[in-house]
Amino acid sequence: MELFLQQVFNGIMLGSTYAIVALGLTMVFGILHVPNFAHGQMYMLGAYVCFFLITMFGFSYWPALAVSAVALALGGVILEVLVFKPVRNAGGITPFIAALGALIILENAVVVLWGPAGHRIPNPYPGIIDAFGITMSTQRLLVIGVAFLLIVLLQIFIKKTTLGSTIEAVAQNKEGATLVGINVNLVSAMTFAISTGLAAIAACLVAPIFMISPSMGSLVGMKAFVIVILGGLGSIPGAIVGGIILGLIEAIGGGYLSAAYKDVFGFGALVLILAIRPTGLFGKEIKGR
Amino acid sequence: MMKWLKANWFYLAVLAAALVLPLFITNRYYSQVITMSLLFAIGALSLNLIMGFTGQASLAHGGFFAIGAYGVAILTYTLGWNFWLALPASALLAGAVGFVVGLPALRTRGSYFAITTLCLGEIIYLIAGNWMELTGGHNGIVGIPVPSPIMIPGMGQLNFESQIPQYYLVLFFLLATLFVLYRLTKSLRGLTFLATAINEDLAEAVGINTFRTKLLSFVVANFFAGLAGGIYASLIGSISPSVASVAMTFNFLMYVLLGGITTLAGPIIGAFLIPVLLEYLQFLQDYQMILFGFLLIIVIIYFPTGFMGLYKKVSDKMKKSKVGAKRAAER
Repeated sequence: MELFLQQVFNGIMLGSTYAIVALGLTMVFGILHVPNFAHGQMYMLGAYVCFFLITMFGFSYWPALAVSAVALALGGVILEVLVFKPVRNAGGITPFIAALGALIILENAVVVLWGPAGHRIPNPYPGIIDAFGITMSTQRLLVIGVAFLLIVLLQIFIKKTTLGSTIEAVAQNKEGATLVGINVNLVSAMTFAISTGLAAIAACLVAPIFMISPSMGSLVGMKAFVIVILGGLGSIPGAIVGGIILGLIEAIGGGYLSAAYKDVFGFGALVLILAIRPTGLFGKEIKGR
Repeated sequence: MMKWLKANWFYLAVLAAALVLPLFITNRYYSQVITMSLLFAIGALSLNLIMGFTGQASLAHGGFFAIGAYGVAILTYTLGWNFWLALPASALLAGAVGFVVGLPALRTRGSYFAITTLCLGEIIYLIAGNWMELTGGHNGIVGIPVPSPIMIPGMGQLNFESQIPQYYLVLFFLLATLFVLYRLTKSLRGLTFLATAINEDLAEAVGINTFRTKLLSFVVANFFAGLAGGIYASLIGSISPSVASVAMTFNFLMYVLLGGITTLAGPIIGAFLIPVLLEYLQFLQDYQMILFGFLLIIVIIYFPTGFMGLYKKVSDKMKKSKVGAKRAAER
């Protein structure tokens, strides 16, 4: 029972970081219809920015996290303007390929600049709490706490503020949004900024727990896509539920069945679910996309 | 006959050049690079069938390449089969896995399909890296024998120990692949592929069973990917899970896109030009991949039909200016 609870705790921790990464992706993929395949690499960059701020410039943890989020939000805008805007009206897999190009550039640039080896960010909260027979490190609890805080803040931003509701307006009807005077370009840029900023925060949160390396983003990026599809394109609750489910599948599958195959369970679940429901768990019918 | 020659002289010239090429390439390294280019051209051509002609971006292509490669490696090295039995068996296996996997995966569309296949590719990669007993885990399989010699009546035995026969072996399979894909894409069935690629709903409305069409294309594409993988394993002599990696799929994707999607010549040109380009860019070393990323973005934004599209644009313009000049002269 204790092992089970421990795995559930780890699964929720993992799942809540997945959820934040997937939230950003579901916004750009589901709302702007940009399959940002380089999302995982933005996540990786976020961790690197945080790492250098702490180790080279002597930042403490929270300011480093904040600066990294802002830097990556800017990076997201640059990515949108340089790579995705030119292919916005091209259909099919064109944006996907453009994103692939961005992915290759980012990952290899990091390898060239800082080497392929892993680094570790010093753990700001090394403490451990024992409760109900499970061991919880403070950092892991923090990850869950911040993740939920971010989710709530994002929900308030989108539902309660005018600026936030423009995102929803563009998602529902691009032409209509333009007609009522919403600047679609601005909304795109803002959505990208939120998306990559969130990814950076997620990366900074888990960086003290796992190693950071140039390849850390690719698997997370892929998982974020899995979650977005599981949860349904553009669905924010879907991304949260999907993220937690994937985290639990991995932790419990990895703990009880086989650690080496833990990713197979997650990806296998996606293939299975799509086989039954080709548009995802909460997805609506998609057309020509 | 003359007419046919006139229309196809260019292709014949390319074929002739390909046949005599080994006489001019004496450097062992370059010879290897060229043979591998031809081999990857088979993989790129088959990816183009499903991605270009049928419009379904399969990102598990490296995985199916790996199924062929591991198939031949296990059958010939571990079980001691003859290569000429192991190769078709492995290619058929890749096709069969494609069938089983395609049944659920092809129910999805567009980006969903791309991501589903990406996950499938990742699953194949993880299995290749972790199923120690069968695949040797991350060390892979070393010491795969070269293709067994074949008897040619009247000419004696042909063996594949050296590079030149290996080159012709790969060239033979490339031409065979090209022939099958040419006949397939030019047939009525090929038109149903294109119809599905252009507008799946419309294709369905005019009575095409789009699911069966996609499935057929997927199975054929994976069969040839497996074939290429099988030959690869035998010629290189050792394989590791990296043959199943996303990087392998991306390479094929790059050959198809930079060469020219939905053309038969494009993937071959891509598979040929890019490795050669890479050889010239050796001095850039680490920056090579970064440059490639930029190239990919620039091509997809400005020349979405790749090299072949660019070629067509230029030749169309030249034809137009020729016609214009003629007309001006007639006046």
